[in-house]
Amino acid sequence: MTEYKKKDKKDRVLSIRDLNISFSTANGVVRAIRGIRFDLFKGETVAIVGESGSGKSVTMKTLMGILDANGHIDSGSIDYTYTEADGQSKTVDIVKMTPQQVRYQLCGRHIAMVFQDPLTSLDPTMPIGKQIMEGMLEHEHISKEEAHKRAIGLLERVGIDDPAKRFREYPHQLSGGMRQRVVIAIAVACNPDILICDEPTTALDVTIQAKILELIKSIQLERNISVIYITHDLGVVAKVADYVAVMYAGKIIEKGNINEIFYDPRHPYTWGLLASIPDVEVKADRLAAIPGTPPDLMVPVKGDAFAPRNAYALNIDFEAEPPMFDVGGQHRVSSWLADPRAPKVQMPQQLRERIDKMLAEVDKAKEATVQ
Amino acid sequence: MKNIDYSAAPLLKVSGLKEYFRNSRTYTVKAVDDISFEIYKGETYGLVGESGSGKSTTGRTIIRLLNPTDGSVEFAGHQIGGRRLSHEDEKFLRLNMQMIFQDPEACLNPRKKVKQLVAEGLEIHHLYKDQQDLDDKVARILDKVGLSAEQANRYPHQFSGGQRQRIGIARALVMNPQLIIADEPISALDVSIQAQVVNLMKDIQQELGTTYLFIAHDLSMVKYISDRIGVMHLGHIVETGTTDELFAMPVHPYTRSLLSAIPHPNPAIEKTRVAMSYDKDEEGVDYTKGTYHTLSMTHTVLATDAEFNDWKQHTTY
Repeated sequence: MTEYKKKDKKDRVLSIRDLNISFSTANGVVRAIRGIRFDLFKGETVAIVGESGSGKSVTMKTLMGILDANGHIDSGSIDYTYTEADGQSKTVDIVKMTPQQVRYQLCGRHIAMVFQDPLTSLDPTMPIGKQIMEGMLEHEHISKEEAHKRAIGLLERVGIDDPAKRFREYPHQLSGGMRQRVVIAIAVACNPDILICDEPTTALDVTIQAKILELIKSIQLERNISVIYITHDLGVVAKVADYVAVMYAGKIIEKGNINEIFYDPRHPYTWGLLASIPDVEVKADRLAAIPGTPPDLMVPVKGDAFAPRNAYALNIDFEAEPPMFDVGGQHRVSSWLADPRAPKVQMPQQLRERIDKMLAEVDKAKEATVQ
Repeated sequence: MKNIDYSAAPLLKVSGLKEYFRNSRTYTVKAVDDISFEIYKGETYGLVGESGSGKSTTGRTIIRLLNPTDGSVEFAGHQIGGRRLSHEDEKFLRLNMQMIFQDPEACLNPRKKVKQLVAEGLEIHHLYKDQQDLDDKVARILDKVGLSAEQANRYPHQFSGGQRQRIGIARALVMNPQLIIADEPISALDVSIQAQVVNLMKDIQQELGTTYLFIAHDLSMVKYISDRIGVMHLGHIVETGTTDELFAMPVHPYTRSLLSAIPHPNPAIEKTRVAMSYDKDEEGVDYTKGTYHTLSMTHTVLATDAEFNDWKQHTTY
């Protein structure tokens, strides 16, 4: 396991504080994000994990200034630090900017996004090469020839054969995996500081998934980009992330570095998520499922939002919202079980066994490398 | 553990099934190209493969949403595969085979109440005595899939994705079918809900002895539910075997690449692991040249003799 060093505040690219977002709908106000606090450092990969409706996509849309028209930021701040062309460091609060300002000044140039479905995020009427050039021409004011040259370089970088020919092709002429490679090329065309990947591999086949993840990783290392993954696939998280934030019902309920979350999870929801991954090596007749469904955020949440689905819920879980408890290292948990006064509760037996097995595997791999 | 009688006649016997889509005079898509397999009573047969491998087309052809190009399908003594389907056979097919679709949002009529959706099959085939009997049947099935009776008067949009998939399952179950074709029933659901639906399907099988053809692209989920698995690639079944055989000693390189693509939730290992890749053209594999080689009673691989010997060396027994 890699040791985790303490991050320097200087390297902080993004810092979200107490963010609250609500949507007004015909049926009432939906409190989609309820107080999020989270940091992103240079070159780091953060994964935000959660079910649909947990608010992970909304947070990232706010960052890009593409929040839906009925959405409203109630409070909080998103401080984004970047280096200007003249080498000066500058910090802006995205919440205070208008969506237009965010889109003109930050999107594409500083923050870029890869969406889930490559077919809908590409323009079907425009050759892919032209789509890659668009951002560079808009933001960097370079000549068309220069942009053309760079676009072909990018196509080659993302692993597309014969880039000069592909440059003139349309999205429908490419396979799903190729399209996603083009989307990645567009996203990194202007050398952004932050790359947001919203379920980048969900629409792709498992065999292609691994290759796309490896591509994003290699580009990240090469350019020292910070990457935020939004996903519900914990297998993907295990492969790419340094730091994980688990979201449930608009709140981050547990966060920590990858080893803390996977080898020492503390929140019952994280236990449930980890236990529900089918284990290929273990023969079991039943999957450990989390009972019930996520709460309706139209109704104000009382206590811990996960309490009704939680087999380990304490009485206080139905009364008061748990604060973030510091459980050592970078690990923070929002669950009353982490309170020193709470009874000691162990994670489910099945999960305990699996984690022990994983740790044993790690030890074995370590020994093998030493020899 | 389930007791499946493999010596009895199979419930479904597919042989030489082909489904071609003629796009133009010069271009024909061979979505399913000469596949054969059997499903026995009470078991779950998993069909896996990447998108475009023809697994969904296979399911749709068997239940006659599509008319097969060639081949025979025998279902509980009835021939349902030919170009023409006799009236009698069709009636038998519609009563005894049901389908669960991938997207629970798209497969339920938004203008009908859950009660009407579930009762539709019973109404068409006049399988109830009076209104009271119909209501009872619907209520019983809804209870079985974990929905309450008062939810029967709601519309599909009032349910979450997982609940909608339960309605889809209830609609298939109410006919008391011998075989259910489940076409990627969990891919559109959230992780925490996927496990619930898989468990529900297993419970129902245990209780009623239903047979499943389970189509999916996610091998790790298929492993939980299937007794035997067929791996499809580009219209061919390249390898088939019991779940244990396939996971313990996969022979075909495509199967092995699928297995290695399953992400392991172990960060320290997964970070450095590189998934195996497989390209049919690079390795010069031509599926049409291969024949089925038998490794055991249940385990067969599509390969030429040379390929078979080569691949077998890579496999650790």
